[in-house]
Amino acid sequence: MIRLEKRPQASQVFSWATPLLAVLATMFFGGLLFAALGKDPITSILTIFWQPLFGDFAFYYRPQLLIKGAPLVLIAIGLSLGFKAGIWNIGAEGQYIMGAIFGAATGLAFYPTESFLIFPLMILAGALGGLVWAMIPAVLKVKFGTNEILVSLMLVYVAEQFLASMSLGLLKNPEGFGFPGSRNLQQYPSAHNAELIAGSGMHWGVVAALIAVIFAYVLLARHQLGFAIRVTGEAPRAAKFSGVNPTRLVLFCMGMSGLLAGLAGMFEVAGPAGQITIDFNVGYGFTAIIVAFLGRLHPIGILLAGGLMALTYIGGDIAQSQLGLPAAAIQVFQGMLLFFLLAFDLFTNYRLRFGRAEVA
Amino acid sequence: MDLSAINPLLFVAGFLVAATPLIFAALGELVVEKSGVLNLGVEGMMIIGAICGFATAVETGSPLLGFAAAAVGGAALSLLFAFLTQITLANQVASGLALTLFGLGFSALLGQSYVGVKPPRLDEVNFGLLHDIPVLGPILFSHDIILYLGFAMVVAVWALLKFTRAGLILRAVGESHDAAHALGYKVVRIRTLAIMFGGACAGLGGAYISLIRVPQWTEGMTAGVGWIALALVVFASWKPWRLLLGAYLFGGITQLQLNLQGAGVAIPVEYLAMSPYIITILVLVVLSADKSAAPASLGRNFHASS
Repeated sequence: MIRLEKRPQASQVFSWATPLLAVLATMFFGGLLFAALGKDPITSILTIFWQPLFGDFAFYYRPQLLIKGAPLVLIAIGLSLGFKAGIWNIGAEGQYIMGAIFGAATGLAFYPTESFLIFPLMILAGALGGLVWAMIPAVLKVKFGTNEILVSLMLVYVAEQFLASMSLGLLKNPEGFGFPGSRNLQQYPSAHNAELIAGSGMHWGVVAALIAVIFAYVLLARHQLGFAIRVTGEAPRAAKFSGVNPTRLVLFCMGMSGLLAGLAGMFEVAGPAGQITIDFNVGYGFTAIIVAFLGRLHPIGILLAGGLMALTYIGGDIAQSQLGLPAAAIQVFQGMLLFFLLAFDLFTNYRLRFGRAEVA
Repeated sequence: MDLSAINPLLFVAGFLVAATPLIFAALGELVVEKSGVLNLGVEGMMIIGAICGFATAVETGSPLLGFAAAAVGGAALSLLFAFLTQITLANQVASGLALTLFGLGFSALLGQSYVGVKPPRLDEVNFGLLHDIPVLGPILFSHDIILYLGFAMVVAVWALLKFTRAGLILRAVGESHDAAHALGYKVVRIRTLAIMFGGACAGLGGAYISLIRVPQWTEGMTAGVGWIALALVVFASWKPWRLLLGAYLFGGITQLQLNLQGAGVAIPVEYLAMSPYIITILVLVVLSADKSAAPASLGRNFHASS
């Protein structure tokens, strides 16, 4: 008979081995899924994980890794702070959209003036957009005890409608021949989030993501607020006795995650995406949830997990065009990853015992 | 703007239809939460139900078989959640999110060849003369059997929770799993059954959207109904009758904004489409002051050793 026994202390080994095990299990079952879809599993997996890094066209795909990874890391870092403390902002997708709209609107308001001040202003506006959108569930939770999960998620749908309205109305390109969508910021030098080194994929969003990782690391390891976050997550009662102010914590964690998600949206719209369109958002806000967990809610882990997830996006695109693998298969693949991660996490806190249960 | 274009009879009949997916999904979640489990994967189970039901109905030509398949599909997906939270003791919030993300992707994969297909129609129940009663006839007696099933299930769940031993055990597990365990009840087994019931209900609700309300298949077509259902359970303070009332309220709002869109009101379509979500938030704010009705063990994992 197999039974579970709680470990006296969480296993460090398993804490770091779990993501690796989850990735391996996902590769295996993902391979089965691809085989069921009539594709060669080995080729599919290699296409997704090997081609973007070391394939014939890696010089083209490697920069993409930074472009896709930056928003994921930026959002996931913010989310991880809240998740650590048991504050569940799952509406990052909405905050990402609002950051993009605020940022783009600020830039477009100055069109066609050229000034070096415009881009910094857009960054501020983007951060503000995400912050405002995240403060709605935060304030409602603090004031009325409303469930932040549901409110932040409802606001994603509101933001999506707002995005549609903006790209069809206020922000629509007056010279766009009636097509929905704003002016392209890539053609407006003062507002363009251009690559810092041409062809490297390195843009300001990547810089911001790296700064966020360092910031989160220092916050969690060295700052009292970081300590408050960790204690609240691990032992809420102890946190209360040690004088942690839960209201401040909710406002900080929600606000921070919204701000970072807003920044991610702004860097995306001013750079890789270029314009506000109805289908501007592609689900980074939700995938970032997987990234946060896969990275063990740890800043360095999130950086690695963001890279891996970006890889599945790029590899997925390649597999789509070369092997005809459906786009949804990659979505399933990413979902599976979270499943296996959560399942294997059992071994961090419990161990298996074989043999009969002893009578106490 | 031409408000007279809105036919009040069709409007009321329409909002009963709009409320039905919510009734199923929220009722299932109510039972799950009564057992002390918070399953945030309702949206994922609904969309899986929507495609399972749609595909089966199209292939077999029988909408009723479609609904059966939807219930099975939803329950099967919910088993994944049950495995994660009951066996591997994973965080319920994270597991529910995983279920939704996975369900949305998997349904898109399953549904690729069904985009643009028209499903077989489910006939109205034949009430004979009742259907010809003025006003009441078109509103109450012109629907399909599943809509009435939804109503019957509300009554059944209410009676089960209030009057039966099974309901009492379910509530006991939800209030204090340690006490229930000490009394010899199989906490994990009971919760797993509740989760499967929730999955089956969510599946039915999803299939009602894809087979009757819309009726066609598009990716992500549940568009947040599963999340509204979660809010509805809070709104209802975990009481089946209030849940029915809430579902009609939300169904009414959804139907009204659709009708207003059709009538060409001066408000842009996007802002009308936002309204159900904004109203959900407002309702949550008003009602979240009272948490006393929530099952005491809600969201807490159980392991027999502790």
